Amino acid sequence: MDMILSQSFLTSLVVGLVMAGVPLLLAGLGEQISEKAGVLNIGIEGMMLIGAYAGFLGAWQTGSLWVGFLYGIGGGMAVALLMAVLCVRIGLSQIVIGIGLTLGAEGLTALLHHVQFSRSYPRLPGVETWAVPGLSALPVVGPGLFDRHPMVYLAIALAVILSMLYRKTHLGLTLQAAGDKPAALDGAGVDVLRTRFAAVLCTGALAGLGGAFMSEVGAGLFIPFMTNGAGFIGIVLAMLARGRPLWVLAGAALFGACLSMTTALQVAGINIPTDVIQMLPFAAVMAVLVIFGRRASLPAALGLPYVRGAR
Amino acid sequence: MMVEPAQSSGAGSLGLVTSAAGRAAVRIGLTAVAPVVLALVLSGAVLSQMGTDPLEYYGYVVQRAFMTPSGFQATVTRMAPLLLLGAGLILAFRAGLWNLGLDGQFMLGATAAAALAPPLAQVWPIPLVLAASMVAAMAAAALWSLLPALLKAYHGVNEIITTLMMSFLGLSVSNALVKLAFLDPTTTVPQTRTLAVADRLPPLSGTTVSSGVLIGLVAIVAVHLVMTRTSFGLRLRVVGANPRAAIHVGLRVPLLTVMVFAASAALVGLAGAVEILGVHGNVRADWNPAFGLAVIPLVFLARLNGLATIVYVLFFSALQIGAESAARRLGVPHYFSLVLVANLLIVLALVEHLSQRWRLDTRS
Repeated sequence: MDMILSQSFLTSLVVGLVMAGVPLLLAGLGEQISEKAGVLNIGIEGMMLIGAYAGFLGAWQTGSLWVGFLYGIGGGMAVALLMAVLCVRIGLSQIVIGIGLTLGAEGLTALLHHVQFSRSYPRLPGVETWAVPGLSALPVVGPGLFDRHPMVYLAIALAVILSMLYRKTHLGLTLQAAGDKPAALDGAGVDVLRTRFAAVLCTGALAGLGGAFMSEVGAGLFIPFMTNGAGFIGIVLAMLARGRPLWVLAGAALFGACLSMTTALQVAGINIPTDVIQMLPFAAVMAVLVIFGRRASLPAALGLPYVRGAR
Repeated sequence: MMVEPAQSSGAGSLGLVTSAAGRAAVRIGLTAVAPVVLALVLSGAVLSQMGTDPLEYYGYVVQRAFMTPSGFQATVTRMAPLLLLGAGLILAFRAGLWNLGLDGQFMLGATAAAALAPPLAQVWPIPLVLAASMVAAMAAAALWSLLPALLKAYHGVNEIITTLMMSFLGLSVSNALVKLAFLDPTTTVPQTRTLAVADRLPPLSGTTVSSGVLIGLVAIVAVHLVMTRTSFGLRLRVVGANPRAAIHVGLRVPLLTVMVFAASAALVGLAGAVEILGVHGNVRADWNPAFGLAVIPLVFLARLNGLATIVYVLFFSALQIGAESAARRLGVPHYFSLVLVANLLIVLALVEHLSQRWRLDTRS
């Protein structure tokens, strides 16, 4: 009896980890693309929130989660387009515009939610899962990780693909150069602004997808302000990973585990205030920074607009 | 009233205004008034999409926040924490430091004040209690900024990430403190002990306006004067403009960094204390007004100028108070104020960029 109880407890812990971790993973991977290209994308929280709203709307209207994901990607990219035009093309402050976009997205989605859903609070039907043959028979990890919505596997695969892309392809080098030595990239005949523009749009797509996963798969409904700092955690993951997508995956798992622990312990009736457990991931990050702070490195031109010929 | 300068700016861009005074008027119209009108129009489009008449909404907000005594007093009271947050931000941003951990620092300050003031009020004279609570709030917030400050000053760790982390941590810590350490045992609502109304910051005579607004005004004017009129302020601005040059002229940049962070956070913590000691009297569990992110755009709209910040804070307080009331009367959630501020920020940034290009074009 005890054995079964603890196993189901552990399984729910893994499920929670995956559900909380995937949006963070997508946000972190997205932010990483921008940061590699030299754009500190503080607007990612707003992109996620718009993605969460658009994704829910799409899934609710069409009945298909995949259409919802497309909506989410579109929503995130719409905010990213604004950010790219203002910060990359025109060269306005990335931090100020990013905060402005986040605020605007918070207000706009809360208003839209009020108009459309505040009377009915619709919920999406339960999510269909796809069990990985063989692996899903494993105890705990099987039902927890290998019997989930396919988007979970796609997100994990994306981390691996991006890792190869950065290391093995010309595109990865171009991206890196846009953040480290934009002038050199310009000299080599690659358009820095176009590279950064594309990078910001990719960030928007992934952040929007992460938001859509949160509302469609994670919660099954849209709640105003539901991202609750997930975008900011994505920024932290990207910064700590120093350009390595697999580190983002590990970080997202760590943060996901802490977030999942808060609900799991409550369900298990253990009387620790959630606030104490919620501190764990942030405290862990600060500890890492204190220990390895000296070695933390970011792209040299991060946060600076590129103006050709300017010194 | 607002339409006239906007029209004259339209004439100016067509090259119809040639005198120097005319050009100055055009520039003010173009860079200060036109963006506000444009942002109001853009946000009005959102309102009309929601089925609300924008003019009715704006009229109601202005009427409620400025024309009714209770509304205007609420507006001025709301200015107190926002002014202090603005003062803290100007200090940090002018020195080139991104203190984005406002919400955590604010809540720690509020919690420190709420923990200290009610029990102390039993034994000490009230003015002393209020002063001690405010000092404790400032100390708590300043302490919370120490780790990001040291990491930035001596390890060069990006302060955006560390202050954000410490902000989330601070929110959790203050919540845990409210629920575990400072819980009021006499009520079932999870909150701290309540400071009696008579013991709070006294209202300005004949009004319900908390005198916290005076603290806010003094702080932001003081920060403005320090940054613009003293050598200390100049040193900070040099650090902000070019840290490497600052090292070459012999400034102790790490020390200045830590000092700026501590002072900035102390002002933010004081904002939390003023809100508790002047308005709420206690901290409820999970309470977080999240003023921080909203004040950052205001400070930038004011171009880091303390006096201009006062104007924007007045505008935003009125908007918040009016919007909260309109939520009940017109059924538009008060989140609309966020949309308006975001619109204003983006439009103003764009207009400034365009006007700079326009000025360059006319010169060449």
